Amino acid sequence: MSEVRYTDQHEWIRLDGEEATVGITKYAAESLGDVVFVELPASGKAVSAGGEAAVVESVKAASDIYAPAGGTVTGANTVLEKEPSKVNEDPEGAGWFFKMKLNDKAEFVKLMDADAYAKFVETL
Amino acid sequence: MTIASDLLRRTPLHALHLELGAKMVPFAGYEMPVQYPAGVLKEHLHTREKAGLFDVSHMGQAFLSGDTCALERVTPADVAGLKEGMQRYGLLLTGAGTIKDDFMFSRLAGEADFYLVVNADTKEGDFAYIAEKLTGAATLTPRPDRALLALQGPLAADVLERHSPGISQLTFMKVARAVVAGHAAIISRTGYTGEDGFEISLEDSKVERVARILLNESEVLPIGLGARDSLRLEAGLCLYGHDIDESRNPAEANLLWSIGKRRKEAKDFPGAAQTLNGAPAIKRIGIRPDGRAPAREGTEIADKTGRIIGKVTSGGFGPSLNGPLAMGYVEYAFAVNGTQVDLMVRGKAMPAVISPMPFVPHRYRR
Repeated sequence: MSEVRYTDQHEWIRLDGEEATVGITKYAAESLGDVVFVELPASGKAVSAGGEAAVVESVKAASDIYAPAGGTVTGANTVLEKEPSKVNEDPEGAGWFFKMKLNDKAEFVKLMDADAYAKFVETL
Repeated sequence: MTIASDLLRRTPLHALHLELGAKMVPFAGYEMPVQYPAGVLKEHLHTREKAGLFDVSHMGQAFLSGDTCALERVTPADVAGLKEGMQRYGLLLTGAGTIKDDFMFSRLAGEADFYLVVNADTKEGDFAYIAEKLTGAATLTPRPDRALLALQGPLAADVLERHSPGISQLTFMKVARAVVAGHAAIISRTGYTGEDGFEISLEDSKVERVARILLNESEVLPIGLGARDSLRLEAGLCLYGHDIDESRNPAEANLLWSIGKRRKEAKDFPGAAQTLNGAPAIKRIGIRPDGRAPAREGTEIADKTGRIIGKVTSGGFGPSLNGPLAMGYVEYAFAVNGTQVDLMVRGKAMPAVISPMPFVPHRYRR
């Protein structure tokens, strides 16, 4: 049983047991436009909640992807290095960025759930 | 700082942009379409493959009457030698000989007045400057009542010919008064994409009708400022305020080709002594990063020992090139095609090569 939470910086994080998967939301992918390059974190990298973890570049601009919660990176979606357009095609599925092990599940729990995030996006 | 959108100016095509689903952004004091639903990548590739329509009505149009050759006081271009029916690229220089703007000027057949187009962001300042410097010799009349469209791409001529019969006879850098879909226009075979194409100046009240007629052609898509920027960068063309500005002279900007031969010999333009005095300290060059990561404006350029030798002034991803590309300035000794350098992207040295421009070959119809 997995749970998904969202940040106000438009990342999503899905927790499956001990491991979490992180990506950017459909809203973020649409705002960025065509993604042409991603820089992924190395396994073993320690990240803090709200800290820089990856970079995504569209034709227009570069944007940082922040870790939704603190922890250690356990893997990255290297498919994106060859096919960055997957971020636009399936941002909340095949376009995931990296996997991580959380330091403290409490940081995950306090993020927005799907309903809260949907309401947040409506205010933008 | 956020500029409230109600303070932004609008072009006569504003309602059409919204109707087409454009994403509007502030640009040069105007609310302009950065992209339409197709997106920057598709818009860019479509322009290179078929034809794209751009609203560039924010640019500054004007007529110059009187002793038009007095324009040589503020530009090093050969104004006097411009033949009838021709348009020419010129630099507008400060008194010190640095670049105040770049612009196009035209001598329409059978007309005494010159037709000028300057950049949007600088138009008020340019017009005041030209008027002041030419006082007593010529009179500048800004024409905010005129709109401007650009139709660019390999099929632009086929499309425009349907609505302006005979227009495809005009070759690159030529200009003429013509009729498009029943409306009087000034049409030049020019553009800012490296492709064949036209720029079409119309009365603002007529532009929406003409734009709709052109967009109704199956080859044509509306193109936003996002793709306009990636197209011009692939074509190696400067964006004022980024690649050229008042801190650069024509030699540094590698734009000496825009100075007329007669002007070079006479050395009769602002800053001529310095601009023509041998090699400049720095020079504008093209850059191809080795990897896939784009290097944006402001990225530092280092030599292989790690010493900073310059800076990127425009950088991004070229959809037709299918890779990153940049333009910038480096110390003159490094301004040689094939020179290996590093771009300092997010604290890491990213290998890159000084490369010839244009990055994508021009396809002008000469």
